[in-house]
Amino acid sequence: MTERRLGIAEALREAIAEEMRRDERVFCIGEDIGIPGGWGGAFTVTLGLEKEFPDRLVNTPISEAGLMGAALGAALMGMRPIADVQYSDFLFCAMDQVGNQVAKMRYMSGGKLTTPMVMRAPVGVTGRGAQHAQMMEPFFLPLPGIKLVAPATAYDAKGLLKSAVRDGNPVLIFEHKLLYGSKGPRTESGAVDASSTIPAEDYVVPIGKGIVRRQGSDVTIIATLLMMHRAVQAAALLAEEGISAEVIDPRSIVPFDWELVKESAAKTGRVITVEESPRRGGLGAEIAATLAEEMIDFLVAPVTRVAAPDTPAPFSPVMEKYYVPDAARIVNAARRLMEIS
Amino acid sequence: MKEQSYDRAWLQGLYRRMVLIREFEERVKFLFLEGVMPGTIHQCQGQEASAVGVCSALNPDDVITSTHRPHGHCIAKGLDVAGMMAELFGKSTGCCRGKGGSMHMGDLSKGIVPAVAIVGGGLPIATGIALSFKMRGQRRVAAAFMGDGATNEGIFHESLNMASIWDLPAVFVVENNLYAASTSVKLSMKVEHVSERACAYGIPGVRVDGNDVLAVYEAAREAVERARAGRGPTLLELLTYRLTGHSRRDPCSYQPEEERKQARAKEPIGRFGGWLMAQGSADQATLDEIRAGVKTEIEAAVEKAIADPEPAPEDTLEDMFV
Repeated sequence: MTERRLGIAEALREAIAEEMRRDERVFCIGEDIGIPGGWGGAFTVTLGLEKEFPDRLVNTPISEAGLMGAALGAALMGMRPIADVQYSDFLFCAMDQVGNQVAKMRYMSGGKLTTPMVMRAPVGVTGRGAQHAQMMEPFFLPLPGIKLVAPATAYDAKGLLKSAVRDGNPVLIFEHKLLYGSKGPRTESGAVDASSTIPAEDYVVPIGKGIVRRQGSDVTIIATLLMMHRAVQAAALLAEEGISAEVIDPRSIVPFDWELVKESAAKTGRVITVEESPRRGGLGAEIAATLAEEMIDFLVAPVTRVAAPDTPAPFSPVMEKYYVPDAARIVNAARRLMEIS
Repeated sequence: MKEQSYDRAWLQGLYRRMVLIREFEERVKFLFLEGVMPGTIHQCQGQEASAVGVCSALNPDDVITSTHRPHGHCIAKGLDVAGMMAELFGKSTGCCRGKGGSMHMGDLSKGIVPAVAIVGGGLPIATGIALSFKMRGQRRVAAAFMGDGATNEGIFHESLNMASIWDLPAVFVVENNLYAASTSVKLSMKVEHVSERACAYGIPGVRVDGNDVLAVYEAAREAVERARAGRGPTLLELLTYRLTGHSRRDPCSYQPEEERKQARAKEPIGRFGGWLMAQGSADQATLDEIRAGVKTEIEAAVEKAIADPEPAPEDTLEDMFV
């Protein structure tokens, strides 16, 4: 294979196929994932994989709790399941299995068991109203036992999925609907190009390692998934005003790359977090609290959260635009922070 | 009980295992009421025949999932009582190193998934275990224990549906003790019997006297053979009765006295002991000897558990990720 340009859906598909070829214990379990003539899951990630792996794409009934529990059972027997829900909102249906069983089984066994399983969940506010829209990451922050990753580019999506399959622990991957680059009838309106040049050779992206997307010295902007792309846009606009913004993409939420964030905060003294989820109790709150506890001497201004309001996602495009943070809101937040010295 | 030729030593082994469960539970109850043992307990006095009958039909490498009431299942599947007792005391020598406690005890090396204390929560896990057996072509079986209450959980439907459409090697074992906590099964189901629910999945629904250990064994053996042969799951309803409280100090005021009286007369150990003697498979002296041996084993487990070391407080932070 040679180096080529892929979107996130294609990159994930390639990663899954390569992992299934590499390790016969790997299999996919989910709804509509391998139906000939179907879509390859809700967003084409597993499209066509049933041709090469007819027995390893397990199509389930509409049973989110059941399929997550089944994946756990198979993982306990040494398999390496990749389980997905069509929309991350449906994780609520599966929450007993994910929250009580998957997250706790190894711990409750006194560390005697391993539960190597990958869970995939599409997130993002995308014109579907309140129940196919949520950013589910905050619900998992106080749930020890599951690693959380959130790739914003195709390169990271492929590398993080491979790391997740090989990790040996439960790993939940949040994928953004507007970043997939899904094609054909599953194309998303308002999609953002998150494609990457994918190397010819096998590679992984380590879980727990963030990345600096743009270097800067005045203000640090921390964002994942779609918000990372908005932050990069904002940084370009800020540069025109002479404000040098550093954009950090943590890529993993649990474990979190505190070292990278603290290093940047120490340099700039001003930190903005951006999230598509409601402001209350989110990743931004966790970052702000930790920096207040451990980095207060370096901060010249309060950590500022740019987030969605504390409401469900609305349907109307007008309201949706108001709901989801955009580059202009990030720019405004940065300007306000620059007024403090 | 059927007049059938069983191996004498095997029959006495069933009896011993049931007595081991009973004496374990009685000793634990005493320790708990004395205030020596921490936590809470859900006990299974009166339900020994279902655990022993089913697990006797399984191979060592078959796997069970259990519930918030797991002590009997664990003993029946072969977990050693010393490790269980230490776990109940929260000691680092416990079968889950003190991280599980009563409601999460288990040991996968004995084919016991750490017990799942959310009602119905173990069912899809058993389905997934059976799925992996089928995908790998292993001739192993997963058995999921549950109470009657679990059959009213949505996950019961998801789990049995998936297991049946894929013809998985699974057995779903309902210990129907007539009460989900304090609520009578009559208030919780429109159908009369749990076993009738099997028709929704196109699988056999079998109902037997769950206090007759040989009847349980025969029904379980048929279900296990069917599963192992690739012919799919069975819903097995075992009618039994909980002679002790739902948990802790429950006085069972919701159980009518007449019903309790009848249940005590039908409890499985006395019945099986009487049958063994009537059959000439054991005499009273043998049964007494078995009980005395069991008591000695349990006392040794208690003494060891109390003497065993406490975990270090900071062990809390271990066992998260590989």
